Amino acid sequence: MPQRALPYLLLLPATLFLLVFFLYPFLQIAILAFSSPEGFTLKPFQTMTTHWKFGTTLWNTILLTAIIVPIQLVMALAMATIVTKLKTGRNAILYIFTIPLGLSDLAAGIIWLAIFEQSGFLNSVLVGLGIVERPVLFLGYQNLWVIFVAVILAEVWRATAIVMVILVSGMGLIPKEYYEAAEVFGAGPWKRFLKVTLPMLRPSLQTALILRTIAAFEVFAVVVALGGTTLPVLMGETFNWQFALNDRNVAAAYALVILAISIASTLFFLRVLRTPKGATI
Amino acid sequence: MSVATVADVPRPVAEVNAAGKFLFIAGTVLLCAWVLVPIYLLVVNTLSSPQEVSGFPKTAIPSFDFGSLQFFLGFAGVVRALWNSVVVAVLTMILSIGIGAPAGYALSRFEFPGKATFRMLVLMTRAFPLPLLALPLAVMFIRVGLDDTVLGLALVHTTLAIPFAVLITFSIFSGIPIELEEAAWTLGCNRLQAFQKVVLPLVLPGITASAIFAFTISWNEVFAASVLTVENRTLTAFLLQSLSVSPMHLKFAGGAALVLPALIFIFAVRKYLFAMWGIANR
Amino acid sequence: MAEIVIKDVAKSFGAFTALHSIDLTIADQEFMVLLGASGCGKTTLLRIIAGLETPSQGEVWIGGHRVDRLPPRERGIAMVFQNYAVFPHLTVFENIAFGLRMKKVPQPEIDRRVSRTAELMHIEQLLKRYSGQLSGGQRQRVAVARALTMEPDVILMDEPLSNLDALLRLEMRAELKGVLAASKTTTIYVTHDQVEAMSLADRISVMNGGRIVQAATPVEVYRNPAARFVGSFIGNPPMNFIPAMKVGEGKWQVAGLTLDGPKADQDRLEFAIRPEDVTVTPGGLKATARVVEPLGAHTLVTCDVNGAPFRAVLESDLRVAPGDDLSLAPKSDRVRWFDPETTMAV
Repeated sequence: MPQRALPYLLLLPATLFLLVFFLYPFLQIAILAFSSPEGFTLKPFQTMTTHWKFGTTLWNTILLTAIIVPIQLVMALAMATIVTKLKTGRNAILYIFTIPLGLSDLAAGIIWLAIFEQSGFLNSVLVGLGIVERPVLFLGYQNLWVIFVAVILAEVWRATAIVMVILVSGMGLIPKEYYEAAEVFGAGPWKRFLKVTLPMLRPSLQTALILRTIAAFEVFAVVVALGGTTLPVLMGETFNWQFALNDRNVAAAYALVILAISIASTLFFLRVLRTPKGATI
Repeated sequence: MSVATVADVPRPVAEVNAAGKFLFIAGTVLLCAWVLVPIYLLVVNTLSSPQEVSGFPKTAIPSFDFGSLQFFLGFAGVVRALWNSVVVAVLTMILSIGIGAPAGYALSRFEFPGKATFRMLVLMTRAFPLPLLALPLAVMFIRVGLDDTVLGLALVHTTLAIPFAVLITFSIFSGIPIELEEAAWTLGCNRLQAFQKVVLPLVLPGITASAIFAFTISWNEVFAASVLTVENRTLTAFLLQSLSVSPMHLKFAGGAALVLPALIFIFAVRKYLFAMWGIANR
Repeated sequence: MAEIVIKDVAKSFGAFTALHSIDLTIADQEFMVLLGASGCGKTTLLRIIAGLETPSQGEVWIGGHRVDRLPPRERGIAMVFQNYAVFPHLTVFENIAFGLRMKKVPQPEIDRRVSRTAELMHIEQLLKRYSGQLSGGQRQRVAVARALTMEPDVILMDEPLSNLDALLRLEMRAELKGVLAASKTTTIYVTHDQVEAMSLADRISVMNGGRIVQAATPVEVYRNPAARFVGSFIGNPPMNFIPAMKVGEGKWQVAGLTLDGPKADQDRLEFAIRPEDVTVTPGGLKATARVVEPLGAHTLVTCDVNGAPFRAVLESDLRVAPGDDLSLAPKSDRVRWFDPETTMAV
């Protein structure tokens, strides 16, 4: 009976596509990272780890992620709470909050470049207020920390929206009765947030954190737009080795590093934020 | 009990509410400004003449000079890059919905062995930095003659978009009660007819929204586009490549060109964003 | 002419058996109600007849044709769904006309048939509306009209009234009965509501645990339950059961009382009596009233008989207070006996 075969038929294109364009290339990367003309080797990894930039690169990426993601989480929770509390103008505010969702990281980088560049808006304000005498070159290698801050601002600005969207839809799934019950038992707004919203939001928090952390490890265009190669990050170095240094094996090794920390953080969040069986809404 | 209530006379509720309300509104305004001001500044730069863009200090009101935009559109390769971006995004949209929607439908309508495995495969893609796929695929594409083509890039972007397409269409189809389809079967439809006459009209807006979402994913993608294209650069790849060499006004006009469609797209799909993510969560 | 014959139909979902070998014959133009608690398999059986579910074994015959491998559209059935399944993107008219359009019925004929059923269901003035503009009761009417317009041999109804509020349900129930009787179709109607079942059915099939426990007329099912389950499921409040011990040929001791009963081989049986079939008469079961609930026409008294709860529906003129000792005499022709081993009637 064809009825039984139908679901498989419908899944076939997607499965084939993912096998050819997802699993196979990743195997290729893994093979590439361990191969040389002579066969199996660890040389790409040695080249990568002994290169002077590797330590900074890894450290920069992880530090950026460790700063950006928590800030985004707090801001997104604030935004989501505002949105769920709003009565008038909810749709307009929601649209404004979600705008950055549609923007590419490159666009975000360029937008913040307009603020931080030497003849940009930040300098205009600082000079106008008399805080500095002449415009400062913020995005040079002398001011590495400013590039760092600019990247953080741009990333927080761009990618908080997706976290908020996930949290808002998660909050929508929490029945009102729980809040009313908590209120009857004497919980104030803050306690209600801590004791009802946060625990019930756990699955959404998990999704949001996994998604954002992985994306943060992939930070690339924002950094390039704001700092060129002054602030090396993993994705940028991968690009560099592939093209500028023309060593695909080392690029593959970098890719595996990104993959490894991505999977590690995914597993971490899956474990830490797991919902006990039967504790779902 | 009664002593305690007398002792700490609470502040009038209205007063607490007023303070809270002020804080609430201030926070809302601040967050809106945080989102909108940077975009506004980009607009100011885009609508200023090239001299103003590199001049100092900046003003907060644009001069509505279209010099920057004219320069941008006249710049060698820009129109082509814009066109490439559109073509790749449209291809991605068609491919990812064409491949993802049937899978989403199957997941929402059938119980069958292997369903969990497939869901795993789709969810797994989330844990992988997908743009990196471009590296090995670049080699594979050279072998099959897809290197530096819009189709090749569209295939990679489709890989990025398929997990979303599957999960989003899954949630959209799940929103259509199966009884509607069953009713159509009992009223003389075969499976395909029931889908065409009942399911399709109902899911079309949602499918359109997810198609637009796929378009946006492709439109915004930088890394794979830069890796896979040389001559046939998309707008993002073109801008990235010329970042270090191009004048400021070109960058800002390019940034604006990236932002504008995205603004429209998000506006178009705003109703669906939450429904899509609400169920895609699980 | 559409007699429905179900032969040895079973259905399992993985390790779970939803239906165990069902045999049932539904006569042409009969109104058959499948009654049971949720999970008893009644909806599965209906869906198998409709063709929405494939049986794991067995045969389904409608009007002399074997249909169990045919898709729903080739079975000559129409169905009314629990949540109505009125197509939200079509007007009421188009909803009712949907099946006719699929059959390529010419437009004048469609107009005629749609307006006739719309009139029958009192929804003529709603034909241009969409389902979002209809109340639950109106949607229900559209769903029934849509099924009737097909002039099917068989109408299948899956808890069609369960989403309506109580008053509307009462009204629709009476109306459905009239309309379906006039349409001369065979009807299979699934419900968990025994009152609905009693009032609508020509015959009721009481289902439990994937089996049909009894298929009989409403009065028969009520008066002569074939199994302990039927007695405990049907009737509100349900039957009372008291263990009985054999004390002689055809003599049974029930809570200290010796009663005439069946001449059975078993040593133990269960004595069963409906709450309204006892009278306050000396020489009956010794009972102590615990809870007294006046219900208007009657008073429901929950008592203690031999340490177990026993419900009695008594005349409301009788003044009973909690703690009162009563003597409840069962009407001898209403007493039923069940075998505790097989749970079947003796």
